[in-house]
Amino acid sequence: MYQYDQYDQQMVDARVEEFRDQARRRLDGKLTEDQFKPLRLMNGLYLQLHAYMLRVAIPYGTLNSRQMIALGDIADKYDRGYGHFTTRQNLQYNWIKLEDAADILADLAKVEMHAIQTSGNCIRNISSDHFAGAAADELVDPRPYAELLRQWSSFHPEFTYLPRKFKIAVIAAEKDRAAMRLHDIGIQIVEKDGEIGARFYVGGGMGRTPMIAPMIRDFVPLDQLITYSEACLRVYNRYGRRDNKYKARIKILVHELGAEEYTRQVEQEFAHMLEQGVEPPREELERIKPFFADPAFEDGAKNVDRSDPDFALWVDRNTHRHKHDSYVSAVISLKPVGGIPGDATGTQIRIMAKLAEQYSFDELRIMHTQNVVLPHVKIADLHALWTALDAADLGAPNMDSIEDMIACPGLDYCALANARSIPLAQRISEKFDASGKTAKLGELKLKISGCINACGHHHAGHIGILGVDRKGVENYQLSLGGSEAEDTALAKITGPGFTEDGVIDAVEKVTDLYLDVREDGERFLDTYRRIGMAPFKEALYD
Amino acid sequence: MTDDLGTSPDEVQFRFRDDEPADHGTVTVDACCDQTNAAAVRIEPGDDARTLLPFLDRLALIEVNFPAYGDGRGYSSARILREAGYAGELRAVGDVLIDQLSHMRRCGFDAFAPDARLDEEDAARAFATWENVYQRTVDGRRTIQESRHE
Amino acid sequence: MKILTGNDLRTGAVTWWDGTNWSLHVDAAADVGEHGDEILAREEALRRVNVPYIIEAEASAEGVRPAHIKDRVRALGPTVRPDLTLKPKDPEAIDWVI
Ligand code: HEM
Ligand code: SF4
Repeated sequence: MYQYDQYDQQMVDARVEEFRDQARRRLDGKLTEDQFKPLRLMNGLYLQLHAYMLRVAIPYGTLNSRQMIALGDIADKYDRGYGHFTTRQNLQYNWIKLEDAADILADLAKVEMHAIQTSGNCIRNISSDHFAGAAADELVDPRPYAELLRQWSSFHPEFTYLPRKFKIAVIAAEKDRAAMRLHDIGIQIVEKDGEIGARFYVGGGMGRTPMIAPMIRDFVPLDQLITYSEACLRVYNRYGRRDNKYKARIKILVHELGAEEYTRQVEQEFAHMLEQGVEPPREELERIKPFFADPAFEDGAKNVDRSDPDFALWVDRNTHRHKHDSYVSAVISLKPVGGIPGDATGTQIRIMAKLAEQYSFDELRIMHTQNVVLPHVKIADLHALWTALDAADLGAPNMDSIEDMIACPGLDYCALANARSIPLAQRISEKFDASGKTAKLGELKLKISGCINACGHHHAGHIGILGVDRKGVENYQLSLGGSEAEDTALAKITGPGFTEDGVIDAVEKVTDLYLDVREDGERFLDTYRRIGMAPFKEALYD
Repeated sequence: MTDDLGTSPDEVQFRFRDDEPADHGTVTVDACCDQTNAAAVRIEPGDDARTLLPFLDRLALIEVNFPAYGDGRGYSSARILREAGYAGELRAVGDVLIDQLSHMRRCGFDAFAPDARLDEEDAARAFATWENVYQRTVDGRRTIQESRHE
Repeated sequence: MKILTGNDLRTGAVTWWDGTNWSLHVDAAADVGEHGDEILAREEALRRVNVPYIIEAEASAEGVRPAHIKDRVRALGPTVRPDLTLKPKDPEAIDWVI
């Protein structure tokens, strides 16, 4: 895992003191709320429905036990005993006091963490594959490149007042586990003629106008990665729309110019940038790489004892193939039946940290599906791990099933919401668990957002649900056919919206239809792609 | 000269240059391209800073206007001018606030004329915010990555 | 009726103008008639409240009910965590929100 040196630490410490001063000026009345708001947002502090909300960055989703423990302790000390893991590999606290905020940032800085650039029109937390460094199918570990990008994007002087927020994801496998093409920039590390380089996709995103990023360059040599990113950003900073915040994301610029013209402008800027020497020295990447070197894997058992069916089910559902055949990556589900997707108590957070220390070389990952991963677990240790997880209500065997849905905070917490998302998630998981249909359905990605901002990725759900406001009453639109994997697709709306009860019935109906007509080995998404929207519409509205 | 915006150097609150301030009124980018003797120009957020590149030799002052602090196009304009070798005064004017000063400095601004005067002490602290920096820009500062590998 | 709401500057807690002070309880909210803007400006300048605004509400024997669901969620707390709401022991409180 990456470790700060004195420079990284100094940057974060400086920021804590700067914010402490700003918060003091606000409390003393030297700053108005209008002046203070952009400053607190740069430090991830929002004002939400019930209190201030603090969003903590977990760069490329990787953290160690000590950091995880600090997150649990902050939940207990400053919040109301829990935190919410988000789709952007962040953690949000919902009940923060302004007068505590600087102390929390100081506690975070002690464990090399921060809330910098988790909000505002700047380059946000860089996200990555949650199985990075562990997955059997990856080309290389993408995180050294993500770390290089993290440094470059932190306090970037030219790109702190972009037209809109800017999200970057980096992956290094053909399988996309990070919704890479739904980011402002998606980078895939690839190999070409024996060389490693970066493939750039630019202009994806969700929100009210979802778009899939087109590829603009199939290979950028690694010693030009930062330079190329800088060129992409400069063109956006200069020409992205600023007249309308709903059209300000880079996806609109790329769409309006056309991918070809945007690419031409980037290439021109890139040629110029190459002469400016903005690329960090090559040695920096070599310095970063060893931090992500493999831990000392040992050979051991390659199979588990399947005599306990509950355990066997959990192993089948919640583990992922590791590059070392005596290990797996284990997914800790934060989706207990009827629970709040992504929420974990301070105690659970500390338990996960301890288990990582014990069973996973001290390392954890946050998934964009709001779960936690222990990346390197010995197959021989799986039973002990599962037993401990189950005792802490962390053993739900439901990864990638309908119960493993994404749900944004919605109207229960979010000031921008039109409708609640969490109660829907709870009721759907209870219903499908009770009827035993979850298992029959297999992989089915359900994603719920409480408003058009799409924080819950509903556009990319095999089934998506969007909360809308219908004359002051919560109403829900259903959409089908989205995907955020390597076969990225945007879901289509089925038709008129539903009440809360109605949309739960609707999910039942579309899944029943799938079970009736699916062919061998087909997932819900495959069936939808084969038969199209019409039969589903018929089942819903006739 | 209808394009004259009538700015005077009096309003410059911070200046990091030793030469005499240029006391020319600025003209717009369009006017600057048309007239051969203008020595001071003012860039608005929507202007393309690169149209000035042929005239850099005769310019002693370039003002970059920030009508609203959240419009960050001026940061790119400044860097582009410095990257092209412009050595005259580069002045940030308009909605220039404390918390933007350090970034502006890194993008090549060496003079600041905020609409509302800034607290001197807060500003001094702001200019000194970053003892070290991650990115190479036009201010020529050695980056953290360079320090690590020298 | 028209009532005033905002958040406490220090703690972020949701508050309601009761005529002289900012209360945690929506039932204490006072009808401000046409004086909302004036009270808001004064109270915000005193930093006794943060980002306050005026809303429509309905008064009845049971208390004060904001017209919009968002403000009812604010008044009670998250409907999915009854234990963290202002009425943790009242199962019907959630129905009041919806
Ligand atoms: C509760 C406070 C939150 C607020 C105020 C908020 C605000 C927003 C807004 C305004 C957008 C639309 C941006 C645009 O289209 O230009 C957005 C998008 C998004 N947010 Fe949130 N959000 C919140 C919570 C979350 C949470 C909890 C997550 C993760 C679960 C999240 C992840 C995302 C993602 C993935 C997108 C869409 C991707 C994209 O940027 O296009 N947000 N958010
Ligand atoms: S999708 Fe809407 S309701 Fe949900 S968290 Fe985002 S902004 Fe809030």
